[in-house]
Amino acid sequence: MASEQVATLESHQYDVLVIGSGGAGLRAAVQAAVPGVKVGIIGKSLLGKAHTVMAEGGVAASLGNLDPWDGWETHFYDTMRSGHFINNYRIVELFAKEAAQRVLELEEWGAVFDRTPEGKIMQRPFGAHTFRRLAHIGDRTGMELLRTLQYKAISQDITVHQEVTITKLLLDSDGRIAGALAYYRSTGKFVLFRAKAIVLATGGWGKIYKVTSNSWESTGDGASLAFRAGAELMDMEMVQFHPTGMVWPPGVRGLLVTEGVRGEGGLLYNSEGERFMLKYDPERKELSSRDVVARSIFKEVQAGRGTPHGGAWLDITHKGPEFIKRKLPGMYEQYLTLADVDITKEKFEVAPTCHYTMGGVRVEAESCATNIPGLFAAGEVACGLHGANRLGGNSLADLLVFGRRAGDGALAYVQEHGSLPQVSESEVEQEMDRVLSPFSVTDGENPYLLHEQLQEIMSGHAGIVRDGPMLEEGLAKLMDLKVRAQNMGVTGSRVYNPGWHAVFEVQSMLTLAELIIRGALARKESRGAHWRTDYPDELPEVGQWNYVQDLDGDAVRIREVAVPVMPPELSQLFDRGVAPGVYASQQQAKEK
Amino acid sequence: MSEEIVLSIFRGDAAGGQEVEYRVPLTPGMVVLDAVHQVQAHQAQDLAVRWNCKAAHCGSCGAEINGHPKLLCKTRLDDYVGETVHIRPMQTFPIIKDLVADVSWNFEVAKKVPAFQPSVPVPFKMQQFDVDRIQEFHHCIECFLCQDVCHVLRDHNAKDQYFGPRFMVKMAEFEMHPRDGGDRVPMLAHEAGLNMCNVTKCCTEVCPQHIRITDNAIIPLKERVADQYWDPLRALFRKKKAPAATGQSVQG
Repeated sequence: MASEQVATLESHQYDVLVIGSGGAGLRAAVQAAVPGVKVGIIGKSLLGKAHTVMAEGGVAASLGNLDPWDGWETHFYDTMRSGHFINNYRIVELFAKEAAQRVLELEEWGAVFDRTPEGKIMQRPFGAHTFRRLAHIGDRTGMELLRTLQYKAISQDITVHQEVTITKLLLDSDGRIAGALAYYRSTGKFVLFRAKAIVLATGGWGKIYKVTSNSWESTGDGASLAFRAGAELMDMEMVQFHPTGMVWPPGVRGLLVTEGVRGEGGLLYNSEGERFMLKYDPERKELSSRDVVARSIFKEVQAGRGTPHGGAWLDITHKGPEFIKRKLPGMYEQYLTLADVDITKEKFEVAPTCHYTMGGVRVEAESCATNIPGLFAAGEVACGLHGANRLGGNSLADLLVFGRRAGDGALAYVQEHGSLPQVSESEVEQEMDRVLSPFSVTDGENPYLLHEQLQEIMSGHAGIVRDGPMLEEGLAKLMDLKVRAQNMGVTGSRVYNPGWHAVFEVQSMLTLAELIIRGALARKESRGAHWRTDYPDELPEVGQWNYVQDLDGDAVRIREVAVPVMPPELSQLFDRGVAPGVYASQQQAKEK
Repeated sequence: MSEEIVLSIFRGDAAGGQEVEYRVPLTPGMVVLDAVHQVQAHQAQDLAVRWNCKAAHCGSCGAEINGHPKLLCKTRLDDYVGETVHIRPMQTFPIIKDLVADVSWNFEVAKKVPAFQPSVPVPFKMQQFDVDRIQEFHHCIECFLCQDVCHVLRDHNAKDQYFGPRFMVKMAEFEMHPRDGGDRVPMLAHEAGLNMCNVTKCCTEVCPQHIRITDNAIIPLKERVADQYWDPLRALFRKKKAPAATGQSVQG
């Protein structure tokens, strides 16, 4: 017997419903909101608070404002190489070609980037980008991007539903997307959203790990909802550990220290004063790709050359106080207020922190369509752009390029399929019962503590370093935890009850944690962020696969799917041993 | 470390409530939000608090600590050793529950701010010194602490007469953009209620981003309003001379 009836539910109908109010979601909504099309956005938080605000260093786009030899080919080249070639080349190609236009569009909507002496958009160097490429606003680029899109969106005819949790994606009897069941976090009241198309833009799941730069929202709700609805998730083993998170004091452990510190000249040292990156990557040094720098710091700490709290020293004092306060004001303030460290005067401790999830919902390149008709995905929740390692600055550009494409994709789908699909009333009633069930559990498991245990398991068994037995043991522990999680209980009322909200987040994270471990067990090699000491090398025969997981009944099914093969005009870009822009400049120099 | 900190946290909703004491072990560098999370995980699972990034980037965790509007994530507990830390929600907005206020009014106001209107096509050519002064306004994290402390909104509840400091900063951001072609001065003079501000600078004092709201946003906007509405000669002169497009016509 259902405790609440569908007939009395608050309900909204949209042509395009966007789930997630971060950068990708807002960009998708802005795109889909053409006259005559009803667009709604749902956010788990207040508008303008999404994890996008945490992006600091910049947005990567080959504007070529400082380095005229930069162009989409070189951005493509850098992204494929750093992704260790398991990226979807077509996604990368579209991305590299469109990023610059998307950045200019932000300027047109009011974003104010730092300027070059000629008055153009300033670009800074970043790890493994061949040229100076990251358009930025000091060290708070993500906030600028989000705020700009937020005000653009509210100036259009878009309805925003804030602080709403989606608990289930609903399909019609033909398997098409039909809507979602949700509740308002402030009141605990259910709300039914019916939609012709849904864009998922729900971000990543860094909160699965103990030390993370991610805000509380990054619990992978969207990926988990999609998976349970039948979507395919891909390369879930690929989790990025950013080399530089804060280490001390304990409350800020994991908080991001922007790569911009190294981009602006910061140097890494071990406890013996050795600039160790010269040893691990003599060519790119501190500005090597994130997987390499994170692993290098990890190895130095393992070898007993770590700082007092188990990290490395980062030093930018040689650039002088004025420069540091101008280019990295957020970092200066963050260390001063939270750690009592003045980074203009002293070196500071950093260590790897879980930062980004490269894996996610498998999408089609042009439209961001998933395998569920009517369901689209963009941004961190989607998979295919970053391969085995994401480049700094590529996530903000990702949001813009594929947020827009997902909006277009959803719009085209709606125009093709005119009617609003039916949702099953009994399914909605069952789901409401499930969502309310933790209130009737007495002496249940505490969701906050289960979350902590999940983080311990994942950090210990599927973190920056992995091997087969370690992963197997982690999986066993995780399955035990999943059983316990069936008995989570909640105290208090439905009004703004974070304990209750946490139940669904823990469920999402448990679902995805299992996929991370299963993916990591399946990929028997080391590639990018995925480092297995029992398979220390990158293996060409493994590198031809993406690992795709979906549900087969209640069981997780994993299979190898061939990485799309580049056409000759793209693959030839890698034949010369140097980036296309560098090659072109060398050719011109020769001709002179 | 066995030192304890005593928190007195408001528990309740629109129907009423009171402060409840909790004791939490103090760890080095702990901020108020860490302590609130400790309480949540171990003593009161349903304690409502709004937060996101815990890094002073998102502006979600504004509340009043010992009567002062502050971000919970940026307020260190070692500043309060030996005293009870009283934590209450922002008082200018209706309460939802515990430390969470209903700030939806701000989002309604935001919709009224006319969007940026580029006067020339992108890419813009702008010098860094041209954008320095508006970049300050872009630091705003929309924590609404300035709205909370503003006596026009807090003591007089004049939300129907004044948009509040946050939205003066937002209007200034667009209005002073070298490539904005819009004119928000009539709105500032009327609907936005700029005149309601009598420059007590309380908003500037509580801004966690150190934006000089009164000096750099509100006063220059007041000058524009005065210019347009109270100085007919200069207004006439400007109309003849300047293409309204640059938005740079007033230099105080």
